[in-house]
Amino acid sequence: MSHDHDHVHGDHDVSQHDPEAAERNKVPFYGKRMYAMRDLLIEKGVLTREDIQREIEYMDSRSPANGARLVARAWVSERFKQLLLSDPKAACAELGIDASGLTEFVVLENTEQVHNLVVCTLCSCYPRPILGRPPDWYKSFAYRSRAVVEPRAVMAEFGTSLPDDVEVRVFDSSADVRYLVLPMRPEATDGLSEEELAALVTRDSLIGVTEAKLPTVPATAV
Amino acid sequence: MGGRPNDAPLNLAEHTPADWEVLVDAVSVALGARGLRTTDELRRAMEDMPADDYLALSYYERWARGTEQLLVEKGVLTRDEIDRKMAELEPTWDVS
Amino acid sequence: MRTPAYVKGKLGWIERVHGSFRNPESLAYGGDGMPAQPLYMVGFRQTDLWQTRYSEKPSDTLYVDLYEHWLEGVPST
Repeated sequence: MSHDHDHVHGDHDVSQHDPEAAERNKVPFYGKRMYAMRDLLIEKGVLTREDIQREIEYMDSRSPANGARLVARAWVSERFKQLLLSDPKAACAELGIDASGLTEFVVLENTEQVHNLVVCTLCSCYPRPILGRPPDWYKSFAYRSRAVVEPRAVMAEFGTSLPDDVEVRVFDSSADVRYLVLPMRPEATDGLSEEELAALVTRDSLIGVTEAKLPTVPATAV
Repeated sequence: MGGRPNDAPLNLAEHTPADWEVLVDAVSVALGARGLRTTDELRRAMEDMPADDYLALSYYERWARGTEQLLVEKGVLTRDEIDRKMAELEPTWDVS
Repeated sequence: MRTPAYVKGKLGWIERVHGSFRNPESLAYGGDGMPAQPLYMVGFRQTDLWQTRYSEKPSDTLYVDLYEHWLEGVPST
């Protein structure tokens, strides 16, 4: 059952999300408090219901697919790759991705010699305007404390192991700059379309805890 | 938080945010869009939280608490008002 | 406050200049953040940050974004 966002009283539900009554029973104290704050903010004219709905729709429309498209295009076009590295907002604009919510945005290229990993030790800063919501583990104390001091051990938990001579660079998003990793193009992907390449670019590879996926059916010229 | 002693393995399970979590996120960002909250203010409000609370609360609970802290500090809402509104809404949480 | 504690007092290098942004400490208390300050990507060797606690590769590095007023220049010799 979905709720029209104009449905007012008794509407604890935020439209497009699960309105099941059982869900309500699991709302903790601070969750209920946020509903109270929301109602007060609307009553006082500080925010409108539409303001809130707009933010929900904004986040719902952001996903790692945006990052995957940027990477796939960079893999097939050297010009685009250079643009992505030198002026990532312009690169986003070229693909119709709205990066205006970012103050500053930097793309980190993985190479045979260097592997990049992103964390926010102070809170959970993440390129949300591009990728949407971060995964729970990214926001966890374990990731935030361990990624800076044992990045390879953290990556190993994702099944990632890098060759011995690779330098690992950890980026702590401590200010207004947001980071996206440009993973290396996997082996055996010649001849794949851009869309097929994008399917190999996982959210985790854009954070840097994994590399991009290998194709399930290797595509090489015969 | 960076480098604090922590042997915990990562929990890679993911959950779709619940309604209330989506609301916490949306209200906070909407306040930001209206100039009533910056990332730095929110970080600071969360850092000011007693350590016990910070560690015991979940991510979105901390976020909600930090947002409340800022709204009260800025005089946008008072704790009394929020308490009263919560009490008013309490019966509507019952599932019947 | 906006500096991760683990880099305080550590020696690194300027890897990149991000540009100038508003002061986060002023913003944190509701000020307007002016004047804008240069923000730098500062690089560190992991072994310099953690010493013997860092058990991975000696060539590994870490980068933090820091405002100019948190940095103290060290003359190169």
